[in-house]
Amino acid sequence: MLKRTFPSPESLRRLPFGLADIAVILGTLVLIALIARVGAGTLVSFVPPNVVPGISLDPRNLPYYAGRSTLRMFVALFFSTLFTFIYGYIAARSRRAERVLIPLLDILQSVPVLGFLSITVTGFIALFPGSLLGLEAASIFAIFTSQAWNMTFSFYQSLRTVPQELDEAVTLYRLSGWQRFTKLELPSATIGLLWNAIMSFGGGWFFVAASEAISVLNRQYTLPGIGSYVAAAVAAKDLPALGWALLTIAIVILLVNQLFWAPLVAWTDKFRMEQSAAVEAPESWLYDLLKTARIPHLLGQALTPLGEVINHFLSWLTPQRSPHIAETSQQKLGDRLYNFVLLIATGGLLAAGLHFILTTVGLSEVAKAFGLGFLTLLRVVVLLVFSTLVWTPIGVAIGFNPRLAHLLQPVVQFLASFPANFIFPFATLFFIRSHISINWGCILLMALGAQWYILFNSIAGAVSIPTDLREMATSMGLHGWQLWRKLIIPGIFSAWVTGGITASGGAWNASIVSEVVAWGQTTLTATGLGSYIAQATAAGDWPRITLGIGMMSLFVVGLNRVFWRRLYQLAETKYHL
Amino acid sequence: MTTKRVTNDVLLAVEQVSKSFPLPEGKGEFTVLQNVHLTVPAGEVVALLGRSGSGKSTLLRIMAGLIPPSQGQVISNGKRLQSTNNDVAMVFQSFALLPWLTVQENVELGLDARGVGREERRQQALKAIDIVGLDGFESAYPKELSGGMRQRVGFARAFVLKPLVLFMDEPFSALDVLTAENLRGEIDDLWNAGTFPARSILIVTHNIEEAVFLADRVIILGANPGHVRGEVVVDLPRPHDRNSDRFKSLVDYIYTVMTNPEAEVTGQVAAVAPQSPVLEPQPHESISRSPYANPLPHVRVGGISGLLELIVDQPEGTDDIPRLAERIQLPVDNLLPILDAIVLLGFAEVTQGDVKLTEIGKDFATTTILRSKDLFRQQVMRHVPVLVCIVQTLREKKNGSMRADFFIDLFDEYYPHAEAERQFATAVDWGRYAELFEYDADEERLYLPEPVEVGSGERLSSSS
Repeated sequence: MLKRTFPSPESLRRLPFGLADIAVILGTLVLIALIARVGAGTLVSFVPPNVVPGISLDPRNLPYYAGRSTLRMFVALFFSTLFTFIYGYIAARSRRAERVLIPLLDILQSVPVLGFLSITVTGFIALFPGSLLGLEAASIFAIFTSQAWNMTFSFYQSLRTVPQELDEAVTLYRLSGWQRFTKLELPSATIGLLWNAIMSFGGGWFFVAASEAISVLNRQYTLPGIGSYVAAAVAAKDLPALGWALLTIAIVILLVNQLFWAPLVAWTDKFRMEQSAAVEAPESWLYDLLKTARIPHLLGQALTPLGEVINHFLSWLTPQRSPHIAETSQQKLGDRLYNFVLLIATGGLLAAGLHFILTTVGLSEVAKAFGLGFLTLLRVVVLLVFSTLVWTPIGVAIGFNPRLAHLLQPVVQFLASFPANFIFPFATLFFIRSHISINWGCILLMALGAQWYILFNSIAGAVSIPTDLREMATSMGLHGWQLWRKLIIPGIFSAWVTGGITASGGAWNASIVSEVVAWGQTTLTATGLGSYIAQATAAGDWPRITLGIGMMSLFVVGLNRVFWRRLYQLAETKYHL
Repeated sequence: MTTKRVTNDVLLAVEQVSKSFPLPEGKGEFTVLQNVHLTVPAGEVVALLGRSGSGKSTLLRIMAGLIPPSQGQVISNGKRLQSTNNDVAMVFQSFALLPWLTVQENVELGLDARGVGREERRQQALKAIDIVGLDGFESAYPKELSGGMRQRVGFARAFVLKPLVLFMDEPFSALDVLTAENLRGEIDDLWNAGTFPARSILIVTHNIEEAVFLADRVIILGANPGHVRGEVVVDLPRPHDRNSDRFKSLVDYIYTVMTNPEAEVTGQVAAVAPQSPVLEPQPHESISRSPYANPLPHVRVGGISGLLELIVDQPEGTDDIPRLAERIQLPVDNLLPILDAIVLLGFAEVTQGDVKLTEIGKDFATTTILRSKDLFRQQVMRHVPVLVCIVQTLREKKNGSMRADFFIDLFDEYYPHAEAERQFATAVDWGRYAELFEYDADEERLYLPEPVEVGSGERLSSSS
């Protein structure tokens, strides 16, 4: 428990102004300076097609580019969080809104986000004429769409599962809407929300790389950032530059982890619902430092009266809603009307979409897109099967060895959040050199990102198999395939399903960027729905973009309903440990 | 005979309250409470005692204004209750503390909501924390405290609001025996000292001794649907002496009426238990009612035979129920359903707080596994019409099998869905033990048993 890196909190508190405070002040100043320096770059003028920011391949520019990308990530995270609170709260609070918002979220989650880029880029550029802010906003929006949905789901579910007695206590003690939110609902959702935010943030790097340099509607757009640096390096066939980019992104991910997520995780540990103290509380040196320093504490104290006033004002604005709301027949009639309108609206939208596709490209194109979707589906299936065959045994071996698991789990999580598309150029080069068809090769590209979910869920699953079950298996003499069939496969099944859902979702999304890859002037194109969407986006072919995205969403949603949901139910009921 | 401080000042009154919830798929309503009428006068400790299914928690929540009644009204401090009840504070079974707030912040919660200023809030909270003996723990988080200390925080949080009536929802049942005893004693002391921060207490409990120990008046609720059966006045000087004969006869009396749902609660407790009717296995006055409408007690067969084996060792196969409950440390809520089941199956009779095994019951408790299964089947077919009905249905099918849904739907007509599923699960447990039918959980189907195959040893491993 003793940490020697920093003096103990007690000894520091004795000084009115300790080392920790100097560190905190310096840190804050550096942070502000960095944000100012990097943020200023977003305001440069941009008048396409003449004035377009260029990318220099000098590695010395990389820290700046990485800063720009990181800033984008955090802005997106801010908006995702804001969106989560509003959307999740409304969905959990209003029965009627819930009936629209939750299925919509389900669909949004399944739609390939990258397909949106074309629509949003044009929209945002029009919104901020003559400024780079438009492109900036489009990129941020792309990252946002990769982060927001599962955070919102997590928040909504936490709101719906607040323990009943806590809810009653808060009602009986007459907390206002605002007090209920800050004292009960937000804290109880925090841990789930944070984990989802960390996952989403990791996934977001993938979209940074994909959204900074994009060709939309026959035009190439570039934003200064680490993603566009990679794109420029690929175009220039500059391997050393790629290596530098890889190193930079690895450092950035580690830094963000240490300076942002780790302190947050350590802090949110107090929002754990279990009434018993955690076995192993998460630790963070930065959090310890902030706790030791007096400035944050003093600042907090100084601001308390202000906070008090704001709280009172917000409480006054949100009086408690009476639980005595009887169900009247009028309400029932309203519900029926509401459902009817919903049905009509959904039907109308579907009909309009279908009409648009059919009148522009025709039924044969739909059939073609379906065929392509089937090809991509095959790739996803092959990927899942191979990742499972390769990584489950390894994951189980790691999971059965507690020390190894403890050591490797952070590594695997790091690998999972590492944006796979930074490695694409190396793989592409390898395909070109060894004449591997991209039709097969893109499976490997998709797997680069997706496989880690299978691995770390296998590890988690194996860890969760109780020791006495394993001892029982040993004493019964189970070994080899028998052991797998009777104990391991059922034991890790639910974890595997969780990993499989995430991996398959990731693979579908990745197909848009991995079915078309380039090295210098050479472009490799696989036959599949992903490349179909990518090409339609590049050409600005609206009907085909709509058709492609719609078809992919259909595949993803269909697969979820028919396949994953059933497995999930099986995992919940039969293989629940 | 000092039921002190009693005035005619009624703080809280429940008038003709009924509560029903809609059944799934518009199958009508499930009534939880019917025509309940009760009052909480100032200066009294009132206990609501009832078995599970008597709606005691629902009643408490209606009185607290957490859920509205379907019919009738609650009058609190002279006014009709329209929203959450401002005159009460509640202590919860699970403590209901916010784990991310310190003891002090948890206690300040209600004051904060009422807009009390910061300094004032702090002072009052400190005072309340002092009353429950948690000085020095103000800045601790609940997870650092033991269960007993957490419930003290729960009390402090209620005390600080100085409610007219303090509600307690099984406040000691989540604590271990010793801690519960200790805290219960302290609360009682506080009340007896006359400095209690509320004018009345309403406690919901399923612990009969606790009710008699704490309360001036015990209101006994009946089940299906919940209703007031009557009340027993605890005419003992405070603090109630557990070792007094009067205390024991009150406890005995309440046990008797609780194990005997048909008996009338007169509240006339003689020193020696009165002549209450022998509880025959109910011939189910409901020939006209569907067998599915008679609820099975949720008891595993293992519990039934376990209890029978404990009783059969007693002289004459007879045991005093309060003593039995104390000996096996089983909460009444768990014990009474088992008693119900053995009475229903004709294994025992319950009279005047005693349980006495029948000949069949003694036989069942002492015989081999195989014979006990035969006995169980025989009694089930005699006394449990639901299972007879299920077997009948299966026999009528050509393949001798039926979906589980079919039966759950039948239960659904009479119970909320969760209860219907529990009824079905209990029926399946009994039917399986009696070898009346088999249940395949994967396919969710019931089957008539096939004739036993000989030499099917390898099936052992795959049986679920």
